[in-house]
Amino acid sequence: MKQMEKATMPTCWEGFQPGDWMSEINVRDFINKNLDQYDGDEEFLAGPTAATTTLNDQLLALKKKEREVGGVLEADNNVVSSITSHGPGYLNKDLETIVGLQTDKPLKRAFMPEGGIRMAEDALKAYGFETDPEMHKIFTHYRKTHNQGVFDAYTPDMRAARHYKIVTGLPDAYGRGRLVSDFPRIAIYGIDRLMQEKLNDWNNIGDGEMTDEVIQLREEVNDQWKALKQMKQMAASYGYDIGRPAENAQEAIQWIYFGYLAAVKTQNGAAMSVGRIDTVIDAYIQRDLDRGLITEEQAQEFIDHLVMKLRMVRFIRTTEYNSLFSGDPIWATLSLAGVGTDGRHHVTKTAFRFLKTLDNMGAAPEPNITLLWDDKLPDGFKRYATEVSIKSSTIQYENDALMRNEWGTDYYGIACCVSAQPIADGMQYFGARANLAKTVLYAINGGKDELAGAQVGPNYEPITSEYIDYDEFMKKFDKMMDWLADVYVNALNTIHYMHDKYYYEAAQLALKDTHLDRTFATGISGLSHAVDSISAIKYGHVKVIRNEDGLAVDYAVDNDDFPRYGNNDDRADDIAKWLVKTFFTKMNKHHLYRGAKLSTSVLTITSNVVYGKNTGTTPNGRKAGEPFSPGANPAYGAEHNGALASLLSTAKIPYHYARDGISNTFGVTPNTLGHDDDARKDTLVNMVDGYMENNGMHLNINVFNKSTLIDAQKHPEEYPTLTVRVSGYCVYFADLTKEQQDDVIARTFFETM
Amino acid sequence: MAQSIATMQRTTTEKPLVGYVHSIETFGSVDGPGIRYVVFLQGCRMRCEFCHNPDTWNIGVGDEMTVDEILNDAIRYKAFWGKKGGITVSGGEALVQIDFVLALFKKAKTMGINTCLDTCGQPFTYKDPFFSKFAELMQYTDVSLVDIKHIDSAQHKRLTGFNNETVLAMIQYMSEHGYHMWIRHVLVPERTDYDDYLRDLGQYIHTLNAIDKVEVLPYHTMGVKKYVELGIDYPLEGIEPPSAERVKNAEHLLDTASYRGYAS
Repeated sequence: MKQMEKATMPTCWEGFQPGDWMSEINVRDFINKNLDQYDGDEEFLAGPTAATTTLNDQLLALKKKEREVGGVLEADNNVVSSITSHGPGYLNKDLETIVGLQTDKPLKRAFMPEGGIRMAEDALKAYGFETDPEMHKIFTHYRKTHNQGVFDAYTPDMRAARHYKIVTGLPDAYGRGRLVSDFPRIAIYGIDRLMQEKLNDWNNIGDGEMTDEVIQLREEVNDQWKALKQMKQMAASYGYDIGRPAENAQEAIQWIYFGYLAAVKTQNGAAMSVGRIDTVIDAYIQRDLDRGLITEEQAQEFIDHLVMKLRMVRFIRTTEYNSLFSGDPIWATLSLAGVGTDGRHHVTKTAFRFLKTLDNMGAAPEPNITLLWDDKLPDGFKRYATEVSIKSSTIQYENDALMRNEWGTDYYGIACCVSAQPIADGMQYFGARANLAKTVLYAINGGKDELAGAQVGPNYEPITSEYIDYDEFMKKFDKMMDWLADVYVNALNTIHYMHDKYYYEAAQLALKDTHLDRTFATGISGLSHAVDSISAIKYGHVKVIRNEDGLAVDYAVDNDDFPRYGNNDDRADDIAKWLVKTFFTKMNKHHLYRGAKLSTSVLTITSNVVYGKNTGTTPNGRKAGEPFSPGANPAYGAEHNGALASLLSTAKIPYHYARDGISNTFGVTPNTLGHDDDARKDTLVNMVDGYMENNGMHLNINVFNKSTLIDAQKHPEEYPTLTVRVSGYCVYFADLTKEQQDDVIARTFFETM
Repeated sequence: MAQSIATMQRTTTEKPLVGYVHSIETFGSVDGPGIRYVVFLQGCRMRCEFCHNPDTWNIGVGDEMTVDEILNDAIRYKAFWGKKGGITVSGGEALVQIDFVLALFKKAKTMGINTCLDTCGQPFTYKDPFFSKFAELMQYTDVSLVDIKHIDSAQHKRLTGFNNETVLAMIQYMSEHGYHMWIRHVLVPERTDYDDYLRDLGQYIHTLNAIDKVEVLPYHTMGVKKYVELGIDYPLEGIEPPSAERVKNAEHLLDTASYRGYAS
């Protein structure tokens, strides 16, 4: 049997261990058969080649220019971006080992009106460009957009919830993103085989009974097949035939990148993840190294050039979008390492090579490097990763065991920041977040918005007493959450129906199985403030201060010593657990589009600033307009027992009810981690290990002094590559708005004296 | 008054002994090996000019906590300790409450917790009852962080209010018995940052056994605001932290690189 397989092994697969992956599309099996674990340290890594340095300097110069001209160098206004809309584009054709741009020029932004023409036009206008009148006409009169579809169906309730920002960031005018494609399929199988498989699937959808589901899926798979065909055409314009499988490492990386390029040419999604490509690329690199075809320098060069491409992806977005998510993030999230369900760690030399890019080309926010951390990762890798964190603050750490167990597979990737997604057969519908801190205020004010005074929620009886009675409040809060869950989930049902209809992600879904498990992602913002407010009401005796219209606008707490989330104090932390579980359960009562399974996140990204701006004073002492703490972080100033107590509070939030992720952003000064590099690395390794052992889900680690940030705010030109991790992504500090910079500076920095 | 209550409680074993705690830091990473749960005890008799925690000076005040209360809380952080971490008792001056520290470490060792004592040695004496307690405490202490504030006794007195004889006697005792120590020295311009003193100190440390690490801690001004809050005059007004160059010089003169026991 073995003999036979060997005899029939095509050239492109020679040297790989055979397995089920040959007869079916099964990247996970390829990985398991061809995993080349690496237990050593970073000594083997190579520095940048001359070509890499030249290219990187060119890119940095372009980025500098981009910032100087106000953010956008050039933008299309009359070509609708598609997989094949542009001819080949290069940064420097002679030097690039990995090629392909979104448009025909580096950093030139594509025109993507299908999410919503108004959004696309506003984005152009924000940077001084005009939309071609013909395009305006087509997408206003002849071709309906996702945005138009959604607003044709929204109820007044949904519009109000959106307008008064109790629900914010809904993907109703831009791409929902958050798909993690199985890009390595292109390298291993080639496009022709993938097209054949999709055709087989198409032939097997339904039994002839044309139900809504069957019709929808047949149409979609047909679109997927066409997208694959276009990927082949696009690659051909660069001189590559990706119809066939890749034959060497450079091709494998190039094939994977063409898949990613197809994704970013067609969707300006809220997050455009790269997924999990390290182990497959490693197998190809190792095979070439073993055959003496390439050197370590060349292997590193391929990885550097791929990463450089990921750093060049751009979308043009509106001012409003940028105020939510600053610094042009695209969340090219790249998941590295992890452990297999068979217990073997997935650290390869290529995981190291990806980290090395930060050294070879300097720190940058993209790709959003995400380490799937497990106690079982080898020490050499853990220490190297923490060294990179200490130097550049560009890494996020996520609990692999927790996700592996909850999702039942080791072949998942992180979409966006903290949402796990099975790569082969899972997808998610992204759903922004609802503001629970504001919901506390709506409960007190009988559904009236505390800032606008408008009746937004249902007209329930407000709290009228001088002091808030805890039991009365909880009854009212429960009802208000019912309303919010209803309006929020149903707005999302509307959005995803329309997105599938008008802005279907054919390219990204072509690189996944046809029959998918779907996740209906929702999110919570303002958790810490809601929790502390409830705790204040329960333990602190809260007095209401009302304005002349009787609207509660301020609070006084008799006993300011009430328990606060972030101190490893169960009295407060139990409220957090209860709140997440309760809101989840309320949302889960509702019908969810396409049989999707509910998940929720405690994640804000940089939108914590905007959420806070739109939320009145909360009973925990947070003043109107002040930023929320990011993600699942405790409120600023609430922590009194040090960093680990704070982390353990977050770790208590049950992942089972927040499977879309629980984000913690951790800031620490270098001297707090230890007096020398060795001690600092030790501390970080132990800290991450300890957090994950306690079921902590996610950690952004920022290592710098507050004074550095203050100086960088004053002299941005001196800190062009200073990166900081905000909730779930990484950004150049200089690209944040002044308010967001202030927020990052004001955040808790754990500091010893 | 409060302290005499604690003393009374010590004699009757059923009644729980309490420590007077200034604060707790769950994430100590510069207070002994690995990540440590640090208990800052209240009370110190020294008045070091560079002290950045003048709020820990008063004796017999602070939160009263029993050994079990502390250890039950500390153990929640066990997962962060890895192979090296554990608990550290610091201050104030930990040895001011030696009865409590002894009980705490004794119990901690039954739970397999690594123990670290951070002391400046001022309360040390060969006289009983202190000495026998101290000798017993050493049985339950994995490593001690010992500050030598100044190698010159007269200068030590100027800097802290006390001579350094008791400090050096304690260090000698620990050295003779092979109890592991980290020696720490705060580098203060115009006080300790003189090559002659540093050289003397370096030579002295070389005569000792079981020194796992020698650290130079550059003086910093972050404690100033506490003085303002407490309404105490800041004794080192106008003295700036030492330059990186002077820190390197001190490390060289103290030969810090040759003490690597902590790494194993």
